[in-house]
Amino acid sequence: MAVLSESVDISNAMIVAPVSPADWLIVAPTVLTILGGAICLMMRKDTAAQPRIGVLFLALLVFATGGLFLHVLDKGVITMVMGRWLPPFGIAFTADLTGAALAFVASLVAFSAGVYGILDVDGSGRRYGFYPFLLLLMTGVCGAFLTGDIFNLYVWFEVLLIASFGLLVLGNEQAQLDGAVKYALLNIIATTLFLLATGLLYGLYGTLNMADIAIKTRQFGIDGPIATIAVLYFLAFAMKAAAFPVNFWLPASYHTPRIVVSAVFAGLLTKVGVYALLRIFVVLMPEARFQLEDLIALVAIATMLTGVFGALAQTDVRRLFGYLVISGIGSMLAGLAIGTTPALAGTIFYAIHSIVVMTALYMAAGVMSAMGGSYSLRELGGLYAASPAFAAVFLVLAFAVAGLPPFSGFWPKVILVEAAITTGHVWIAASILATGLLTSIAVGRVWVFAFWRGGPEGTPDGTAGAGALVAAPGLARPVVWLPLGVLLALVVFMGVVPEPMFQVTGRGATSMVDPIGYVRSVFGDSL
Amino acid sequence: MRTVIFRTIAPYLSALMVLFSVFVLLRGHNEPGGGFIGGLIAASAFAIYGIACGVAAVRRAIIFHPMSLSAFGLFIAGLSGLPSLFMRQPFMTSQWWYIHIFGVEIPLSTPLIFDVGVYFVVVGAISSIALALEERESD
Repeated sequence: MAVLSESVDISNAMIVAPVSPADWLIVAPTVLTILGGAICLMMRKDTAAQPRIGVLFLALLVFATGGLFLHVLDKGVITMVMGRWLPPFGIAFTADLTGAALAFVASLVAFSAGVYGILDVDGSGRRYGFYPFLLLLMTGVCGAFLTGDIFNLYVWFEVLLIASFGLLVLGNEQAQLDGAVKYALLNIIATTLFLLATGLLYGLYGTLNMADIAIKTRQFGIDGPIATIAVLYFLAFAMKAAAFPVNFWLPASYHTPRIVVSAVFAGLLTKVGVYALLRIFVVLMPEARFQLEDLIALVAIATMLTGVFGALAQTDVRRLFGYLVISGIGSMLAGLAIGTTPALAGTIFYAIHSIVVMTALYMAAGVMSAMGGSYSLRELGGLYAASPAFAAVFLVLAFAVAGLPPFSGFWPKVILVEAAITTGHVWIAASILATGLLTSIAVGRVWVFAFWRGGPEGTPDGTAGAGALVAAPGLARPVVWLPLGVLLALVVFMGVVPEPMFQVTGRGATSMVDPIGYVRSVFGDSL
Repeated sequence: MRTVIFRTIAPYLSALMVLFSVFVLLRGHNEPGGGFIGGLIAASAFAIYGIACGVAAVRRAIIFHPMSLSAFGLFIAGLSGLPSLFMRQPFMTSQWWYIHIFGVEIPLSTPLIFDVGVYFVVVGAISSIALALEERESD
């Protein structure tokens, strides 16, 4: 090497400028979770040490993504190209504000789930690898949020998919395997479509670097192949995000695993799909988004309404919340269909809100089942009398998911409805409002049946809460109220003090609509 | 499958294959080979040994659980990207060390460590599948 560096000028192929250690924050989330997952897997038999290592690494992950978020907030988009090869040949990690913010919130949710899992996941679940899978799932999720290379995005989707298979079948029950088969099959089809589209895109432009693709699509405009590629991407990520006609894997599988696994899935998986849609259609191919606008709007409205109607028809709390996840995806797609900067800010805000509130709702469902012994609205009852404090927690989450003030779901809906009306998308605005109303009714049913009614179905009106129903043992333990409390605090904070969120999501959306900062971060200021 | 000929030859064959897999692993930086193909060869060696002498014998011979081998590989592959942090270079930038032993220059590098990691991941994952399948058959 000493001989080589004298005779060859490597600056034509490699980055020679020194990299600041702070920029390493961009790979820290993936590296930490891989190392933590590997350590957890090596010590799989030591079930007592599993949660300690898992929660430790998840806490480190929160610090890493938090640090990255602050770094990006301060410095703007940052890029690191692996192995210091020059882009577009080296694989780039590029973090803009949207990706960093989502990674941070996702890590907080994963940390909460890791803590909640201490109680929810027993010895056999730990031996089957709950913590390694959770950490490796976070590798995939953070990698997807932070990568700047579209094939690399595919790889992270695979990583999170494989980890999610493991989490889904944790325990090997028949219902779990049934759910996992449907989930796996449909997700593999989506991933294959994603791979096909990426192959076509590479054939067309000869590059996989997202910043490079963003330049090329703007240079060449829209023609035949790129429209096909865009539709393939839309179908693939719509399946991942559980948008209307291709979402039947979600209700088939989300109620089967342990409740903490459902909580993580409901919070994170579909939102990675939404993020990929935003990245592809806003940053990479805005022209294609413009062409597909009507289709996206139609899908958004159908997803919102079918989701909430599904929720109204369910009696199992977990299935009901699963349909609310779908309905929320519709609202996020609505922002993509409108496509203006405020609307996209609304989508990002809604995604962050949905990550937090859906995880919290599933955790609350776990507590409800621990107290009432069932997930069915027919059998639950009297929870208000058993624990008024928990009833208050649930009410806050119910208000948030329905989009009622003063909690986190209110503001993104305000932004989206306002953006829809100002751009003349009356139907989108009407659907968002109708969905809000119907969601209130759906969660209102849970409240009335599980909390207000004195006991199981058939209990006469006016019965006070059953005395027999006591708070389940362990409910008062910090491993339950701490994660729920963290998420609840976020929900209340985003609702009462929305200004920081407006700032972050507004800036995030602006830098996606006009990705000059993104491109310059990869290729330098000369472009 | 447990014929005398096969049972006699299998240990030698497995040993030879594991040795060959290490050779393939080490030549892989500049020539065909590397961690993935080396790992596959080693996993086939364990599979053959398992068919001939039983899965329990393989599990005893490799001491660690295959999944732990896999995890160990993942761990060192992850670590191999980190030394460039101290050189103020991006993640996974290769670092080289040249060691002279008896007048022979031996190039060591972080890509080699990464490749060894891949080797262990593949050995662990494939033999854990292979051993599980062979166990079912014998039960």
